[in-house]
Amino acid sequence: MFAASQSDPNSGWEAKAVEFFKDHLKEKDAPTSVPSLNDVPLHYLKPNSLVKFRCLIQDMFDPEFYMGVYETVDPATKAKVLRCGKYKDVTECGVSRVDFNSRNTVTAERQTFYCVPIPGENPWVKEISSLSRVVPSTSYAPTRQKRSYEEDDEMDDMDTQPQKQREPHPGMSPQSPTEQHGNGDCKRQETEAPSSQTASTSHLDLNFPLPGEKGPSCLVKVYENWDNFKLNDTLEVYGILSVSPALSALADEKDASSSIMDPTESMETAEEQRVHCPPASLVPRLHMLHARPVSHNNPLLPSATLEDNSAFLSSTLSEMASVRAELLTYFTHILLGDALAAEYLILHLISNVYSRRDVLPLGKFTLNLSGCPTASYTERLYQIIQQLVPSSYYLGMSLQNMNQMRLVPKKDYVANRLASGVLQLARHTSLFLDEIQLEQGQLDTTGVRNVTALGNLITWQKVDYDFNYHQMEFPCNINVLIVSEGRSLLPSDCQIHLQSQVTPANMEEYLSSIHMHTQTSSQLNKFRIYLSVARLLDYNISDEMTKSVEDDFVDMRKDDPQSVSAEDLHRMLVVARLLSLSLGQTSLSRDSWLRAKHIDMLRRSRMEQHKCVNGNEP
Amino acid sequence: MSSPTSTPGGCKRGRNTNPATPSSEGPTSPPSQRRRGQDSSTGDLMPMPTSPATDILSPAAPQDTSLFSSPRPSVQPNEVDMSSPLMYGTPSSRVEGTPRSGVRGTPARQRPDLGSVRKAPQVDLHSEYFIFLRFLQRFIDPTSNEDENAGLDLNEPLYMQKLEEVVYLSVLNSAVVILLYIFCILMLISKIFFPQEVIPTFDMAVNELFFERFPDSILEFQIQVRPYNALKTRNMRSLNPEDIDQLITISGMVIRTSQLIPEMQEAFFQCQVCAYSTRVEVDRGRIAEPAVCRHCNTTHSLALVHNRSVFSDKQMVKIQESPEDMPAGQTPHTTIVYAHNDLVDKVQPGDRINITGIYRAVPMRVSPIQSNVKSVYKTHIDAIHFRKTDEKRLHGVDDDADQKLFTEDRVQTLKELAAKPDVYERLSSALAPSIYEHEDIKKGILLQLFGGSRKDFTQTGRGNFRAEVNILLCGDPGTSKSQLLQYVFNLVPRGQYTSGKGSSAVGLTAYVMKDPETRQLVLQTGALVLSDNGICCIDEFDKMSDSTRSVLHEVMEQQTLSIAKAGIICQLNARTAVLAAANPIESQWNPKKTTIENIQLPHTLLSRFDLIFLMLDPQDEAYDRRLAHHLVSLYYQSEEQMEEEFLDMAVLRDYIAYARTYINPRLSEEASQALIEAYVDMRKIGSGRGMVSAYPRQLESLIRLAEAHAKVRFSEKVETIDVEEAKRLHREALKQSATDPRTGFVDIAILTTGMSATARKRKEEAAQALKKLIQAKGKTPAMKYHQLLDDLRGQSETAITKELFDEALRALADEDYLTVTGKTVRLLA
Repeated sequence: MFAASQSDPNSGWEAKAVEFFKDHLKEKDAPTSVPSLNDVPLHYLKPNSLVKFRCLIQDMFDPEFYMGVYETVDPATKAKVLRCGKYKDVTECGVSRVDFNSRNTVTAERQTFYCVPIPGENPWVKEISSLSRVVPSTSYAPTRQKRSYEEDDEMDDMDTQPQKQREPHPGMSPQSPTEQHGNGDCKRQETEAPSSQTASTSHLDLNFPLPGEKGPSCLVKVYENWDNFKLNDTLEVYGILSVSPALSALADEKDASSSIMDPTESMETAEEQRVHCPPASLVPRLHMLHARPVSHNNPLLPSATLEDNSAFLSSTLSEMASVRAELLTYFTHILLGDALAAEYLILHLISNVYSRRDVLPLGKFTLNLSGCPTASYTERLYQIIQQLVPSSYYLGMSLQNMNQMRLVPKKDYVANRLASGVLQLARHTSLFLDEIQLEQGQLDTTGVRNVTALGNLITWQKVDYDFNYHQMEFPCNINVLIVSEGRSLLPSDCQIHLQSQVTPANMEEYLSSIHMHTQTSSQLNKFRIYLSVARLLDYNISDEMTKSVEDDFVDMRKDDPQSVSAEDLHRMLVVARLLSLSLGQTSLSRDSWLRAKHIDMLRRSRMEQHKCVNGNEP
Repeated sequence: MSSPTSTPGGCKRGRNTNPATPSSEGPTSPPSQRRRGQDSSTGDLMPMPTSPATDILSPAAPQDTSLFSSPRPSVQPNEVDMSSPLMYGTPSSRVEGTPRSGVRGTPARQRPDLGSVRKAPQVDLHSEYFIFLRFLQRFIDPTSNEDENAGLDLNEPLYMQKLEEVVYLSVLNSAVVILLYIFCILMLISKIFFPQEVIPTFDMAVNELFFERFPDSILEFQIQVRPYNALKTRNMRSLNPEDIDQLITISGMVIRTSQLIPEMQEAFFQCQVCAYSTRVEVDRGRIAEPAVCRHCNTTHSLALVHNRSVFSDKQMVKIQESPEDMPAGQTPHTTIVYAHNDLVDKVQPGDRINITGIYRAVPMRVSPIQSNVKSVYKTHIDAIHFRKTDEKRLHGVDDDADQKLFTEDRVQTLKELAAKPDVYERLSSALAPSIYEHEDIKKGILLQLFGGSRKDFTQTGRGNFRAEVNILLCGDPGTSKSQLLQYVFNLVPRGQYTSGKGSSAVGLTAYVMKDPETRQLVLQTGALVLSDNGICCIDEFDKMSDSTRSVLHEVMEQQTLSIAKAGIICQLNARTAVLAAANPIESQWNPKKTTIENIQLPHTLLSRFDLIFLMLDPQDEAYDRRLAHHLVSLYYQSEEQMEEEFLDMAVLRDYIAYARTYINPRLSEEASQALIEAYVDMRKIGSGRGMVSAYPRQLESLIRLAEAHAKVRFSEKVETIDVEEAKRLHREALKQSATDPRTGFVDIAILTTGMSATARKRKEEAAQALKKLIQAKGKTPAMKYHQLLDDLRGQSETAITKELFDEALRALADEDYLTVTGKTVRLLA
C-alpha cells in the first residue's frame, strides 16, 4: 500500500500525508466514516486500514527504536530497494532480505502506549456510539482471514451491530469511499461475559482496570509529541491498524526456543514477552496518525469542544433549567421523595475538578448519601446513575472486596508493566461506593491500604501508584458517591441523610415500582446531555459577588462562630458554583448564592437530627 | 590536537540523523555504522585468531612503535604488543586465555563492555594517546574532596598517585580500575562519539605509563580506564537514536538484576581424531565452528570443550528512571544495562545509581525461516561504570548526591532574592499560598525546611547534634493542617507523608523481608529512614499507637534508628525533620486545658519538638473577612493571577536546596551572647514563680532556629537579628502551647513534665490535706473511697476534682502511707 510512496524517502511525503489525514479528520462527518475499533470486531477490519479507537492510556512502555528507512536486497538479483518502516511493525521484503549494514538505514524512535477502552463505559454509550455511525449497508463478503482467532467470539458478543466498512485506500483520498460494506448476518445480541472471555484471559491478562471488562486493548505506537500524553488520558486515536500474524509468530518462536543459546534473549522474561508482544490477534497494534483528546465520552454531544459548537451550546443552555426541573422530579422520586437529596445528587453528578491550587483540588464534590434503606435499593440507585452518566463503576465495599481487590495500580517489575487497579479511571468517571455492603470484621494490610487509597482519592483527588520502591502520585478527577447507612467511614465533602417519605411497610413495593418506572429514551438522552454539558461549562464570580460573599461569611461567623468554619465556606462556594452551573448560569448570581446557603442550611439542620447515628462523627 | 579535524565528519553524521524525516543526504544510522565497523574489523582480522601472538607482532609493531616514545630497549615482545593502540584488545593479544607467568604477567583481554574494536579508527588515536598521557601525568584535581581521595596529596598529580597506590596496596583482585573524571572538551568529543576506539587507547596509555614507572610489578590484570560523569549526563527519557554507540551517563534506580550469565568469550575446540586443539573467538554472539582440523585435516571432527572455553561474567541490570526526573503524569521508563566482569553484582535492586556506559541498539534477531523482520531494535547499555548515588547516605552527610546543579543565572536570581530585606517574609508567604494566614506557623515551617547547621561532636563523645527542627501542629479539625503537611511533602525532594492511623512502627522504621528472587534477607526501609535529610510529615500524630510513637524518641533526638531483628542489627541514619499534626482528644480544642491534656501525648515526646503551634480559629471579624476574601479568590482567580502574587514553587525549592547545600552558618560572638541572654531570661521568668521555664533543650532549639534564619538570609554568620527572630518565634509557639490555662503564664514545665508547676503544687497541697484528714480521723485502718472524697471536698476551700483526689491518693501511696484496693483505702504502718 504505502510501498510505492515510501520507496522515495526524500519527498517529504510523510509530513504531507499526516497533514492530509488531519485535515480530513477535522471535517465534520469525516470521523464518523472511520470504523471504530470500539464497536467493530477486529476481524471485520482490514489490516493496514485507518481505524479509530476511543481509549484510555493504561500504561506507557519504553520508547523503541525502529528502522525508519531500511534497504532490502533481493538475494537473486541483488537489487536494492529502499523502504520505509514508519507505521509498520514488520519489514516488508517478500523474497528479499533486509540489509542491516546498509548506509541508508535510518533509525527512528517511537513510543508505545498500552491502551484499553475507557473503563466503566456504560452500555448506553457503546450502543449509541455504534449506532450513530450510519453507513450505507450493502452486501458484505467476508474477505478476511479465517476466523480461527480465539477472541472472535467474544468480539462478536460484545458488539451489538457490527458493521464493516472497508477502508478507503490510505494512500489515496479517504473522501472517496470506494466500496463500503455492511453486513447483516453478523448481528448478535449482547450477552453477559461469555465463557470464551475467561478462557482467553486466563493465559493473557489484558490488564483492564476494572474486573469483568471486555473489549479490545491496543498497543498504540506514537510517532511524535509523545511527551504531551499523560497516563490515564482519554484519547480518540486515528491510526493504521496492524494485525500482522508475523508479530505473534515472532513471539511464539521466542517462547519456544530455549534461551540457552542466546543469553540476550533470556533477559526478557516470558511474562515480559507476553505483555509487550502479545499476539496481534488479541492486542492489535495501532500506528497513530492523529489523536484527539476526548473531553467527554458522551456520544450524544458533539465531539468538538463546546466553544466550537455555539449553536449546540446555546440551544442546550436555554432548556437547561427545564431539564433540571424534570431531572429533579425524577431523582426525588428515586430518592424516596427526598427533594433535597435529589438536589445534592444533581450537584454531585456535575461536579468536576476544574483546577488545582498547590495541593488543593478545587471543585470536587464528594457526596455521602447516608440513611439508605437496603442493599437492593443502592443497587437500583446505581443502575439509574449508570443510565445517566457515560462511565461509572460500582464498588461494593464488602470486607472481602476491600481485602482482596487491587484498587491501586502497581508496577509489576517481572512483566515490566503497570498492573492496573480499580482506581485507574478516566476523568469524570462516577465511582459508586456502596458502604452498606461493609460488615463487621477485620481489614488486613491490603484492606487498610485500600481504604487509605480511597480516602486519598476523595480528599486530594489523587492516587498514589505503587512502584514498589517508591510511590508516584497521579492526579485524577473522579466523582465519588458514597452510600451508607450512617456516616461514612471515608471522608466526604458533603453528607446528606436521606429522609424517606415512604413508610417502611410500603418500601418493597415502592422499590419495585422505581425500577418499573423507567424513562423514555428521549427523556434519558436529555438528562444525559444535560449532565455532561453542565460539567463542561465555564464559570466565574464577579467582583461584586465576591464582596457580598465575603460579607455574608463575616456575618455568618458573627452570628455563630462555632459552626461556620473555613471548611464550610469552601463547601458553600463549591455548592454555589455547581448550583449556578446546574441552572446553566456561567457566573454566580445573588440568588444562587442565597439558594446555596439555604440548601446547605437545610442539610445541616437535618444532620443535627441524625447526629448520633454511629461512632464515626468527628 | 588533530582529533577535532577528524571527528566532525563523524559527529555531524550522528547529529544529522533525524529520527522523524529521512533526509536524502547521508542518511546513515549509528547502528549501521557499527555494523560496518565490525565487519571490516573481523574481515581484516580473519587470519589472526589462530596465529600465535609473536607472529602477529611483526606486522603491527614496527609501524606503530615508531610513533611512541615508550618502547624501551629492554621491552619484551609482549610489551610492544601492549603499546600498540591497534593491537590492543584484538584477538591476538589473548592467544593464551589464562594469565601467563611471563615477565609481564598481565594478560590483555578484550573488554566485553566495549565490544570488538574497529580496525580503522575514525579518530586520530595517536594524538588522543598523547593528550591522555599528559593528562595522567599532570592532572591535579582542583575540586577533589578529602574523603574520596583519602591519603593522597592534593597538590600532586592525582592519577600518578593512584598508580602508586596500585603498586603498594595491591588492592586489586579482578581488575585495576582507574576512574576518570572527564576533563576537557577535546577529549570529551572524541570520547563520547567514539568510545570504542578511544577508551582502549586510554587503557593502553595507562598501562604503558604504569609499566614505565614500575617496571618490576606484576599485575594479574590490566589496568582499565573507566570514565565516568560524561558531560552528556542525561535523563533516561532524553535518550534518542543519536546516542547509539556513544558514551552516556544516565541516572536511575535499579529495579531488577538477573542471575549471573556466563558469556562465552572464546570457544575451545578439540579434534576428536588427533586431539589437536584450537580456540575460536566469539563474534557477535556466534561461534564459527571450524569445519576442518588443521592438524589432521579431518572434516567435522572438532568438538567444543566447555570447561576449557573462556567465559566472562555478564549480568542484566534493569534500571528505571528515578522519580525526581520524571515529568508528572507519565510512567517511568526502564532501560536494560549489561554489566560485565567485575561490575557484576555491584548493584542491588533499589540502589540509585549513575551509570556510564555505551548505548547500543541491536536489531531483532533475524529468524532463518522468516524473511519479514520486526523492524524494531533492542536497546541496552553496556556499563562501564556504576556510581551509587545513595552509597554514602548510611555513612555520613552526602552532599554529592543531593547537589543540585544550579546554573549561574539561577544562583544569581537566588542571591538577588536573598539580598532583599524582606526575603524571610516573602518566602514564608510563598509557602502554601492556598492556606490562609498562620504566618508564624509558616515561618516556623520555613525554618524547618532550611534546618540548622550540622555539628559533629563525635570526637568528644557527645555524638551528633540534631540540626533538624521538629514541629508539631495541633488544633481544631478542619484548620488545614493536613493541607500544610501535604504541601511540605510535595515541596521537599525527600519528603515522606504518613498518617498516624495507618502506619505501624515497622512502616516507619525498617523491616526485614525475604527478597522473593534472591531469597536473601533484605532490609526494607520505612518512612523515617527514607526521609533521611528530608522531612517526614506525620498526620494524625495523636492516633498513633504508643509502640509506634516510641520509635520516634530515638529518631527525634539522636537522629538514628536502631534495628535488631531477624539477625540484622544495625543503626540507620534518620536525620529527618518531623512535621507532625495532631488533633485534640476531644475533637475540639479545649482552651481550659493544657496542650498535654488536649492531645494526650507523652511529654517526653513533646519536649522533642522545637516548636509546637496551635492552629485555632481566631474568630474575629477582620480575620474572617480576610479569610473569606482569600478563599473566594482561590475559587475564581485564574492561575496566572495567583502566580504573580506569590513566589514560584520552583524558585522556593531551589532557594531551599541552595541554602541547604552551600550555606553553613556559624554563631557569631554577639549572637552567642544574645542566645545566652535569651536563655538566662527564660530561666529567670520562671524562677520568679518558683518554677523552671527553660531547659537546655530549649536553648538548643533557639540555636537551631537562629541558624536556620541565618540560612534564609544566605548568611554565613548567625547574627543578633537571627537570634531575635528565633526568640520571637519560639516565644510565639510557647505562648500558644505552653500557657498554663489556670494562671495564664507561659510554663515550659507543661511540655517537659506534662504538668504545669501550679498543677503540681495543687497536687501536693491536696495530698497534704488528705493526709491531715486521714490523720484527723484517727485509727481507722480502712476507709471507703467515696467517703474520703466527700470528706476532703467538705474540708477544702478549693474545688477537688476526682482526678485531683486520685492523684493525691497516688502520691500518698507512693510515700507508702496507704494503699488503694478497689473502693477501699487502707492505711499502712
